[in-house]
Amino acid sequence: METTKKIRLATVWLSGCSGCHMSFLDQDERLIELAKKVQLVYSPLVDIKTFPEDVDITIIEGAVGNEEQLNLLKQVRMRTKVLVALGDCAVTGNVTALRNALNNSAKSVLERAYVETADMNSQIPIDVPKLLEQACPLHEIVKVDYYIPGCPPPADLINYVLTELLSRKTPSMEGRFKYG
Amino acid sequence: MSVRTIKLKIDGKEVTAQEADTILEVARENEIFIPTLCYLEGLTSLGGCRLCLVEVKGSPKLFPACSTAVSNRMEVITNSDSLMEYRRMIVELLLSERTHICAVCVANDSCELQEMATELGTDHVRFNRKWTNHKIDSSHENLVLDPNRCILCTRCIRVCDEVEGVHTLDLKMRGKDSQVIIDLDEPWGASNSCTSCMKCAAVCPVGAIYIKGKALSETKDKELPEFVLGRRCR
Repeated sequence: METTKKIRLATVWLSGCSGCHMSFLDQDERLIELAKKVQLVYSPLVDIKTFPEDVDITIIEGAVGNEEQLNLLKQVRMRTKVLVALGDCAVTGNVTALRNALNNSAKSVLERAYVETADMNSQIPIDVPKLLEQACPLHEIVKVDYYIPGCPPPADLINYVLTELLSRKTPSMEGRFKYG
Repeated sequence: MSVRTIKLKIDGKEVTAQEADTILEVARENEIFIPTLCYLEGLTSLGGCRLCLVEVKGSPKLFPACSTAVSNRMEVITNSDSLMEYRRMIVELLLSERTHICAVCVANDSCELQEMATELGTDHVRFNRKWTNHKIDSSHENLVLDPNRCILCTRCIRVCDEVEGVHTLDLKMRGKDSQVIIDLDEPWGASNSCTSCMKCAAVCPVGAIYIKGKALSETKDKELPEFVLGRRCR
């Protein structure tokens, strides 16, 4: 009989390529062990629409690129005990933030992508969440508790950090990660 | 003239050295690790990156190990908590100053800055990053200069001057605006002084100067001292 309460785990996908989530899934058979200890309460991998209350650990992939993501990130922070930035986009901005070099301006980026380089029907999209002037890493918006750099971070490293956190230990990152 | 042999302590370990040696040389001879970025054996020491700062007992100041000579009965500390914190912060400042994106960089996996972040555990940057958009010079037949990735270590300038002996490369502006330039800030392709020896690309610790069409893992000479001095080091 399972008597101990399961850890409530969530994963979130912001402006990233989903490679970090692929790497999460690359934990392979270790996911079965993980599933015994956690309940996945929100994730692109499950069909739940609103971010729940009282989450123990949330892992976030991707940089913050638009207003919808900005609001979601703030909500996640309020409802999560431990926030983990997963991958270079969440940690540094990475490829998502390459657009910042274009004058740090959403207008410049949209015009470059949808007008200047358009072959036909050039038009800046409407009815989509408003692009932020800069794509930025999570910790420029909210407090982040742990960082897992890498593009993507290897499954072993994700597993190491999760295992440490689940046994209430502090992961030691020195020598374990690599940007890019 | 004979050089005096002296005794000193590094991290509590008693070592002997020649009087003219630097703290870094003595530490390396005794397998004590002090991180460096701008230092390269065979070139003059600049003391610019400040990663090799060490404490010397009895002084409130910090000293760059690469350009501080040892002295008798000196007691050096290379790895105190505050030194480690300063080093992490230096790497953070270097990463934040320009557009460093390892995932799309030609130097990925062969970059000393990337390696340093790993070793020191700099797993995030507390400062807001400057997303620079400096002009990339790809006018040279084989070489590219991307100032957005430059950490201003000036190894390329020193190797061009001191080893190749032509001084094509130099630095303009000051502080964060500093940039490596070709001749009198002209396009590289138009340079008459450049011998296209590519030593600059070989000594660049990051991906700021690289050879066209190749990943740095293919072109980077891992035995840099051998390359620079024409001999194998140790």
